[in-house]
Amino acid sequence: MLQFILKRLGLAILVAFTVSFISFSLLFLSGDPAAALAGETASGEDIEALRKLYGFDRPMLVQYGDWLFSALQGDFGESYYFKLPVASLIAERLSVTMLLGVCGISFALLTAVPLGVAAAIRPNSLIDRVALFLSVAGQAMPSFWFGLILIVVFAIQLGWLPPSGASTWRHFVMPTIVLGYYAMPAIMRLTRAGMLEVLNSDYIRTARAKGAPEMRVMFKHALRNAIIPVVSLAAVQMGFMLGGSIVVESIFALHGAGFLAWESIGRNDLPTVQALILIFSMFYIVFTFLADVLNAWLDPRMRSS
Amino acid sequence: MTDMTDPLLQEITGPTPGQLLRKRVFGHQGLLIGAIVVAILAIIALLAPLLAPHDPYAQSLMDRMQPPVFLGGTWEHPLGTDHLGRDYLSRLIYGARVSLMIGVIAAVISGVIGTAMGVAAGYFGGKVDAVVTFLINVRLAMPVVLVALAVVAILGGSLTVVIVVLGLLLWDRFAVVMRASTLQVRRREYVAAAQAIGASTPRILLTEIMPNIVNNLIVVVTLEMAHAILLEAALSFLGLGVQPPTPSWGLMVSEGKNMMLFEPWLVLIPGAVLFLLVLAINLMGDGLRDVTAPENRN
Repeated sequence: MLQFILKRLGLAILVAFTVSFISFSLLFLSGDPAAALAGETASGEDIEALRKLYGFDRPMLVQYGDWLFSALQGDFGESYYFKLPVASLIAERLSVTMLLGVCGISFALLTAVPLGVAAAIRPNSLIDRVALFLSVAGQAMPSFWFGLILIVVFAIQLGWLPPSGASTWRHFVMPTIVLGYYAMPAIMRLTRAGMLEVLNSDYIRTARAKGAPEMRVMFKHALRNAIIPVVSLAAVQMGFMLGGSIVVESIFALHGAGFLAWESIGRNDLPTVQALILIFSMFYIVFTFLADVLNAWLDPRMRSS
Repeated sequence: MTDMTDPLLQEITGPTPGQLLRKRVFGHQGLLIGAIVVAILAIIALLAPLLAPHDPYAQSLMDRMQPPVFLGGTWEHPLGTDHLGRDYLSRLIYGARVSLMIGVIAAVISGVIGTAMGVAAGYFGGKVDAVVTFLINVRLAMPVVLVALAVVAILGGSLTVVIVVLGLLLWDRFAVVMRASTLQVRRREYVAAAQAIGASTPRILLTEIMPNIVNNLIVVVTLEMAHAILLEAALSFLGLGVQPPTPSWGLMVSEGKNMMLFEPWLVLIPGAVLFLLVLAINLMGDGLRDVTAPENRN
């Protein structure tokens, strides 16, 4: 088990360094970051001054090393737009995004797992069809459009919920539904498939044969085994959702890290964008690492692969 | 040549694989409905200049925000006009071109990259496999929407940039699925036989491996097409994808958003069409998987 964890940790760290290099090199996609920063009206001397000021005249690898060394100490440089340290800007906004992510994945799990179990217990029944319909529709639903429809119906027509902002729990209801619905189809399908497979296995037949009550068979014997891959998927989806929060936050004007990313991209605020890409990637890497370790702990067969 | 329609012979031999496949295809409602909707939208996209009642770019400030015909508008503009007086139906029709073009080309680019990586990893194993698996891990760790937005913003939003960026980002599922499929077939007897008679590696990959995993490839192509179309719409909605005045459905939703309070149809119509197209492509992809490779259903 320890060997598995160490191996998996090594991979995570290697991935993290590669991602950090890619997010740093984004800065150089435009060709000359100093010119991009100075704007179209700047003179040659202005650009040259900026190049010196931000150290763009040094070799790219040196700049990367410098950036990485500071980033490891929690210093992501200064935002071009706010003239404030990027780290404190992001720290301020991250709590909203984390809260949204936790609410979203909870909503997804609380709807998808019961639906998946119910669908697997009675395949081809009405509830199975409803679950299938919800998951097929969810995969095709553009989240920005879904969010706008919710605003039209629940904020404008019915007036039940506030259309934007983040001050009370009511502001989080619609964003949670939109973000959660994005993760729901995959979780539901996996729960259903896992339950179907487990319900056909020998130990379930044994449990039934020895006369265990049906509820006990379903929840103690079946769900406990079927849920293992779902745990891992939920962690992966959580990573995707934090990255996807950019769309949801922009629709509902939730001032989280996703919203900051969207604003910063529009403002050419590259240090902020770089740091945000790196941080969202780190969340994904940490979540998948934890999921794999949890999986290996729950199911020893996973440790060998 | 034996006559397969002879009822006696049919009774003895049973249906041919082709007949079985046809039966499965025509018995699969989702696949049929999805394919028909996609075909109709593809024809509309191809024939856009013939079908669109107006020029999708022509502004008419006198006829701004006319309602659609079912909300009391006229047949002159069946789906009304937008905030610049452009005919909404014509923009929707041309928007089908943008969406389908992005979906198809991005899926082809990512399909070529992902298939090459996945097949190489699955066939050669060892170090190649380790490198490809590592690259897949790196790619999955990067948030797609955020990276796409940042790159498009740096390079400037145009149809070409959006297509290329999405194509370079969406290869992960191709690599994962093609790797797994290649692993399944590379130990089969026919591959060993080809190796034994001294066939070259490219020949084995192209004539022995590829034909046996192409079913899975087609399924991923459809699903990634849908993915690319949704992503383009999201990027354009956020203002960092295809730029105005291009008729993109995501952009139309974004432009209608400010008038959503009084004219919700400006947002509802393009979003509904986008939903329909993606739904149809997904139904087709799921159906193709059920019909050709039912063991991969999850």
